[in-house]
Amino acid sequence: MALKIVKGSIDRMFDKNLQDLVRGIRNHKEDEAKYISTCIDEIKQELKQDNIAVKANAVCKLTYLQMLGYDVSWAAFNIVEVMSSSKFTYKRIGYLAASQCFHESTDVIMLTTNQIRKDLSSPNQYDTGVALTGLSCFVTPDLARDLANDIMTLMSHTKPYIRKKAVLIMYKVFLKYPESLRPAFPRLKEKLEDPDPGVQSAAVNVICELARRNPKNYLSLAPLFFKLMTSSTNNWVLIKIIKLFGALTPLEPRLGKKLIEPLTNLIHRKIHIFSSHKMLCSQSHLIVSLSRIAVLISLSSGMPNHSASIQVMKYLGLLAMSKILKTHPKSVQSHKDLILQCLDDKDESIRLRALDLLYGMVSKKNLMEIVKKLMLHVDKAEGTTYRDELLTKIIDICSQSNYQYITNFEWYISILVELTRLEGTRHGHLIASQMLDVAIRVRAIRVFAVAQMATLLDNAHLLTGNMQRMGICEVLYAAAWICGEFSEHLENPMQTLEAMLRPKVATLPGHIQAVYVQNAAKLFATVLKNQEGNTDSTAAQETSQLMIDRLPLFVQSANLEVQERASCILQLVKYIQKLQQKDVEVAEEVCALFAGELNPVAPKAQKKVPVPEGLDLDAWINEPPSESESEDEQPKAIFAKEEPKHSRPRHTEVDEKELARRREARKQEQANNPFYIKASPSSQKAYQEAPGVEHIPVVQIDLSVPLKVPGLPMSDQYVKLEEERRQKERADKKKKEKKKRKEKRSGRGRKHDSGPESEEDITPAHMVDIVTEEMPENALPSDDDDKDPNDPHKVYDIQGNLQDGSQVVVSVIFENKCDSFLKSMEFNVLDSLNSKLQRPEGSGPHDGLTVPFQLPPGVSNEARFVFTVQSIVMPQKLKGTLTFIVKDSSTHEKLDFKLHFTCTSYLITTPCYSDAFAKLLESGDLKCSSVRLEGVIMPFHHLLARICFHHHFSVVERIDSCASMYSRSIQGHHVCLLVKTSGQTVSIDAKCDEPTLLGNVLDEIKQTFSQC
Amino acid sequence: MCSFECFLSADVFNHPLLPLVNHCVSQLLMFSLISSFQMQFMLLFSRQGKLRLQKWYVPLSDKEKKKITRELVQTVLARKPKMCSFLEWRDLKIVYKRYASLYFCCAIEDQDNELITLEIIHRYVELLDKYFGSVCELDIIFNFEKAYFILDEFLLGGEAQETSKKNVLKAIEQADLLQEEWRTPPLTENYYT
Repeated sequence: MALKIVKGSIDRMFDKNLQDLVRGIRNHKEDEAKYISTCIDEIKQELKQDNIAVKANAVCKLTYLQMLGYDVSWAAFNIVEVMSSSKFTYKRIGYLAASQCFHESTDVIMLTTNQIRKDLSSPNQYDTGVALTGLSCFVTPDLARDLANDIMTLMSHTKPYIRKKAVLIMYKVFLKYPESLRPAFPRLKEKLEDPDPGVQSAAVNVICELARRNPKNYLSLAPLFFKLMTSSTNNWVLIKIIKLFGALTPLEPRLGKKLIEPLTNLIHRKIHIFSSHKMLCSQSHLIVSLSRIAVLISLSSGMPNHSASIQVMKYLGLLAMSKILKTHPKSVQSHKDLILQCLDDKDESIRLRALDLLYGMVSKKNLMEIVKKLMLHVDKAEGTTYRDELLTKIIDICSQSNYQYITNFEWYISILVELTRLEGTRHGHLIASQMLDVAIRVRAIRVFAVAQMATLLDNAHLLTGNMQRMGICEVLYAAAWICGEFSEHLENPMQTLEAMLRPKVATLPGHIQAVYVQNAAKLFATVLKNQEGNTDSTAAQETSQLMIDRLPLFVQSANLEVQERASCILQLVKYIQKLQQKDVEVAEEVCALFAGELNPVAPKAQKKVPVPEGLDLDAWINEPPSESESEDEQPKAIFAKEEPKHSRPRHTEVDEKELARRREARKQEQANNPFYIKASPSSQKAYQEAPGVEHIPVVQIDLSVPLKVPGLPMSDQYVKLEEERRQKERADKKKKEKKKRKEKRSGRGRKHDSGPESEEDITPAHMVDIVTEEMPENALPSDDDDKDPNDPHKVYDIQGNLQDGSQVVVSVIFENKCDSFLKSMEFNVLDSLNSKLQRPEGSGPHDGLTVPFQLPPGVSNEARFVFTVQSIVMPQKLKGTLTFIVKDSSTHEKLDFKLHFTCTSYLITTPCYSDAFAKLLESGDLKCSSVRLEGVIMPFHHLLARICFHHHFSVVERIDSCASMYSRSIQGHHVCLLVKTSGQTVSIDAKCDEPTLLGNVLDEIKQTFSQC
Repeated sequence: MCSFECFLSADVFNHPLLPLVNHCVSQLLMFSLISSFQMQFMLLFSRQGKLRLQKWYVPLSDKEKKKITRELVQTVLARKPKMCSFLEWRDLKIVYKRYASLYFCCAIEDQDNELITLEIIHRYVELLDKYFGSVCELDIIFNFEKAYFILDEFLLGGEAQETSKKNVLKAIEQADLLQEEWRTPPLTENYYT
């Protein structure tokens, strides 16, 4: 035995200890990996020895290697061995190694339960401490379950050192084993009043984190925490308590008021704690801190020496502002210049924060200015991440709430076009989708957009010139589509067609080529139409020839989609050419191929299409194939797989001659193309002069002028134009005001105030109708409200758009019928128990909703409001008020109205098959009711159409003068009608599973016919 | 001790926001479910990008840890000295500070307090300094297990467990006393040999 010990210590003398290992690694900088692998071999040897000291040394070295990134999971069992040593020295090393190397999936953890339990109850507090520390890192649900009781006992340990650790680790245990929370909580609460401040703060920590997860349960502790907050001097504890109150105040608004005073005291005492959570606590003190923050930021920007700590303050100030912005946007907006200034900061973190703030600060008035500033930054920005961030922010800012702040869409399109010049951006797709969205939804802009896109297509090589810019070529997708779809607006469709068929297009990604091909066909149709109109048959034939010449390139594409479209269109054009040679006018027919407009479809539209009655999407159409059958199918699958291979040889079939010819053609093409620069690194900067200027030497193209695609108006011009326009508008308004003053015809005695232009006065540059996205027609039942004939100002058309069973979207059309400008409109409805207007969070139940636009005289616009409706069986009338300010008058005007929710408006036109209908009637769940209409003088089909139109029914079956009709409510009630007519009497027998609803619907039908 | 009801004045009982409470509860519940612990991890690395210490308070796989470390070290080292100590990275906030040649870098959650994290970093540096006696990077390299022990006495599971420096050092010294001489404490040794 003695010999063994001696032998062990001799071995140790030759072993490396940790210092030797570290030194060795530092001395083997060149072959570190090799050195370490020999070290690991040594360690493996050491671990095999019985001597625990040697093992501990080895484990210590392994922990170091683990940090360097080497895998040591193979030694997990040895770590457990060292952990279970009775000597504190080794135990400490073992637990350290375990806490660094173990994770939940380490299987040896299961072996440690008893060892840890033994250590937890050790008389030596440091043994316990080490075990607790280790446990905090690798606690698993199993360990938590097994040890929860032991740890709970430790919470009442005599030594504060242990109590503190036990309290903190309880949180980890709660997370892994939530059942332990209930029995442990009373003890945890006791610890809030522990005599030791360390234990107290640990308990605050744990309860604070728990309360963040489920604040409601901790509301009862508020008085205790309030006491702690006013008495404690420990900043760490204070911050935690404030964080806790941040979670509690939303649940108990009274707390907020109570907190204002102590919090303000704290803020005055220590400015640095205010950074995060207390911002949410109280409303009035926010303003106080805002002014402080603004001072802070301006102070820190004014300092010539940007030291790190000042940057820290700036960052925190901006962070706090973004929190205040949510509740008090106005007060933050006044610091706009300060925030814009922060965009110039060298520090990316600060710039990103400032960007975040800008999003919430834009208005119609300052949008152009802010975006202009951002565009400058885009040009200056280094580093693609920040630039990409800027790009997305610009698009976010402009497109927010359905382009609410954009007054001039031409400006927006040119901004988008300018953004395409960004090098190396990943967001080409985003820009493309914005272009498509704007061009499709804003009709007035199409002419302009098409012109811009045509130029883009013409200059496509600038976008694709460099492989790094591949992200941006997504834009060409949008450009091609817009030019094709709205080709009637093109000034020179022929030129665009040629641009789309350039051989270079073949280098674009497949999906873009596919769009090119398809839209080339659309363009071709337009061109043909124009040319045939001119009675110049040769031109039309030349166009066809052009298509036939260029399309084969695409037919050879590797992309199947491109191949398919191209070969299809090629055949079509060949046929057209044949017809043309026979002097047949074909333009009409070709155009008919692409007739009709593609409307935008709302993303949710598909979901809203009701599944027809009797259609079970989950049912098998055929009997499911049995196991044996599926084996038989296999050969088929193989055949299908092979198919693409058959089409493959097409590419290789091109013979040498053809290749040579093409090479020649390409050389020719390159020679004629002044923009072909042979892979020189500066090519990405090379921007051409105006198209058509052919003979500019290549050398001169490498200019350092700002990147500018020729022919595109710069967005800056729009800013200027907009300024001019607004000024003119202002002047006009003043003129008008003068006139008005002279005439003094207004009986309302408005005061005219020709003060500085207010934000609301900005009118859109051109009235744009933003086309709303298409919805399935049956989701749009309409409903007339009580129109007030005496209303001098407006008419409402109210459409109820029913969704989700309990939500009703009401679109209200506001029409300004007077000759004054209306602004600050607020729409409010007195909620009933059944129907409630949905208001944004944070506003009271009686607050009005701001209508997101102003109304110039004679203009109408639509706003949508969401209502929650509980029961739909009774019609509802909601009283409401619209308040608004008549321009130049400081008084609020009021307009009362009523919203009429008829039962009909809760019905959705749902098709129903006659057999399903019959089943429904047979089921006997439906209650009967009937109504008789006298003196109806109209043909039967008119009558049916009227019911379908006004009451959202669909005809199931019609036999002579008798028809069955069906509809369904948003809450799934079936309504069935049997309509019979004889002479001037119409009788309607109805069945529905909700008799009240049925009665009301019948009443409404009756009313419809009594009105005519 | 005064009860909850009496320390609130009566006039706020009719607060208009009261009906919104339910809404807020659900919001907060959702919010709190995605939140987890205060500090996610702490990294110490040199100006050359060599990792000197790592402590993870969230369970992650080794692969993930390595990836995060590599990315973060790169990002932080790329920043200029006079920039602010915070940066947003993935959905975390990174708080870092440089002391001589060492970067101390912590990851916290979005709604956590940055300043207190800076304070934690600073306090840890002070602790190291007191323990080693004007600490330098080499102290941490050669006695990395001590650096861990100090950190474990100071933070537990990502929370500050002891705010008094004196107490932390006392605990470490006591534990060191228990540790028998199994290797000579090399505090004064010349590391460069």
